[in-house]
Amino acid sequence: MPVLVRIPTPLRSLTKGNAEIQAKGDTIDSLVSDLERQYPGLKDRLLDESGELRRFINIYVNQEDIRFLQAKKTGLKDGDEVSIVPAIAGG
Amino acid sequence: MEKLNGLRCRECGRHYPAAPVHVCEFCFGPLEVDYRYDALRGRVTRASIEAGPPSMWRYKDLLPIDGDVAVGDHVGFTPLIRAKNLADELGCREVWVKNDSVCHPSWSFKDRVVAVAVTKAREFGFDTVACASTGNLANSVAAHAAEGRLKSYIFIPADLEQGKILATLVYNPTLVAVHGTYDEVNRLCSEIADKYQWAFVNVNFRPYYSEGSKSYGFEIVEQLGWRAPAHIVVPCAGGSLITKIWKAIKELKTLGLLDERDRTSMYAAQALGCGPIVTMIKNDTDVLVPVRPNTIAKSLAIGNPADGYYAYKVTKESGGSGEHATDEEIVEGMLLLARTEGIFTETAGGVTVAAAKKLIERGVIPRDESIVLCITGNGLKTPDSLQDRLKAQVSIKPSLSAFDRALADLKSQTS
Repeated sequence: MPVLVRIPTPLRSLTKGNAEIQAKGDTIDSLVSDLERQYPGLKDRLLDESGELRRFINIYVNQEDIRFLQAKKTGLKDGDEVSIVPAIAGG
Repeated sequence: MEKLNGLRCRECGRHYPAAPVHVCEFCFGPLEVDYRYDALRGRVTRASIEAGPPSMWRYKDLLPIDGDVAVGDHVGFTPLIRAKNLADELGCREVWVKNDSVCHPSWSFKDRVVAVAVTKAREFGFDTVACASTGNLANSVAAHAAEGRLKSYIFIPADLEQGKILATLVYNPTLVAVHGTYDEVNRLCSEIADKYQWAFVNVNFRPYYSEGSKSYGFEIVEQLGWRAPAHIVVPCAGGSLITKIWKAIKELKTLGLLDERDRTSMYAAQALGCGPIVTMIKNDTDVLVPVRPNTIAKSLAIGNPADGYYAYKVTKESGGSGEHATDEEIVEGMLLLARTEGIFTETAGGVTVAAAKKLIERGVIPRDESIVLCITGNGLKTPDSLQDRLKAQVSIKPSLSAFDRALADLKSQTS
């Protein structure tokens, strides 16, 4: 299931400077595993010690916050767009 | 005097040089301006502040500005009003209204944060400023960009009140109406800020921008005669203002300008139709559950507040609390403040008044202690919310006899 993943500036040092990368996964969980396989170190930056998404990171699938979907169990399909966005902005 | 150490991550403490960045590269925590309080102590005094201009810039030493102020010379130092009539109505001894509905130049507290952000944008050499806004920020960024001769891109939810759209367009920015909620606008702006080299006041300039809100807190304390009130009720959208008022109080204590023994409890006011921070407080959890906003208080309609976690922590640390207000209660709150004090605030102010009333009635805020209500925006921007509630009472032909008859009718109705 190749999906397009948008990488925010703070993580691009791990993705060889790439702002957009292709990755595979049926769910956000498995997508994160594939991201870690391709770019070691990325998982630790996204998840905390207990495996939960870090407090200050939001993930969107096709512009929808995954907390309105099934969080890390949110399903993915071919051609989906996933955005990783720092939570601290706005207001 | 070197007063700044650059930026520092609020979560992991990592240091960064002063630059237009807002999140920690390692933990994504928010970056904050790091002041050298040791250098400021003794240099910033009550007398030095009082000798400053009648604007927020009397606290310039405590704001992250290195050089001269670029825009917004007259922002802030708004009235703190002893609200005796409102206090009587609420059955309280001491109620104050900090009235930023008359903040110069765009009639909301956002002028404070924008004046800092735009000045900082000039310091860093940007020629374009931008923001994601629920309205008041749009007005303020467009106004200050005009004053500073900067280009501006303003992103708003397309369904914003007409008053707020016109009060932005008049300054001739590029206004981009996004078909989505504020949270969607905000997410989009984070991605745009990553791609375009603009000064997004509430994205990459957020560490500087948000500091401007401290001036609201400094003013409350100074205007009370260098005394902190026992209770402050603050409207919450992104949750930044309440955290910065709290920071202001703590800074004044750090600098010896406020008695350490003064105790202040902070209260978050939100609409029931968009109250994720108050929900955290009521459930006593530090996990924010985002919501889809549905409220007339559009300036507070942020379902995924960036500082929600910190706003919750401030209310807990200060021994405060929070309360929701329904749309009906919001309108009643606006009318109550107008009827008792002659102050016309926008829906967000109605939220503050309504939430304060409920907290007082529930006995959470004691009636015999000092209470400050934060009124942060102007009612003339959101007249639509009152359209159904208010109508002209008397309509007559221009003749004395017509007036006599109308007056007699009125008297018979009220007797």
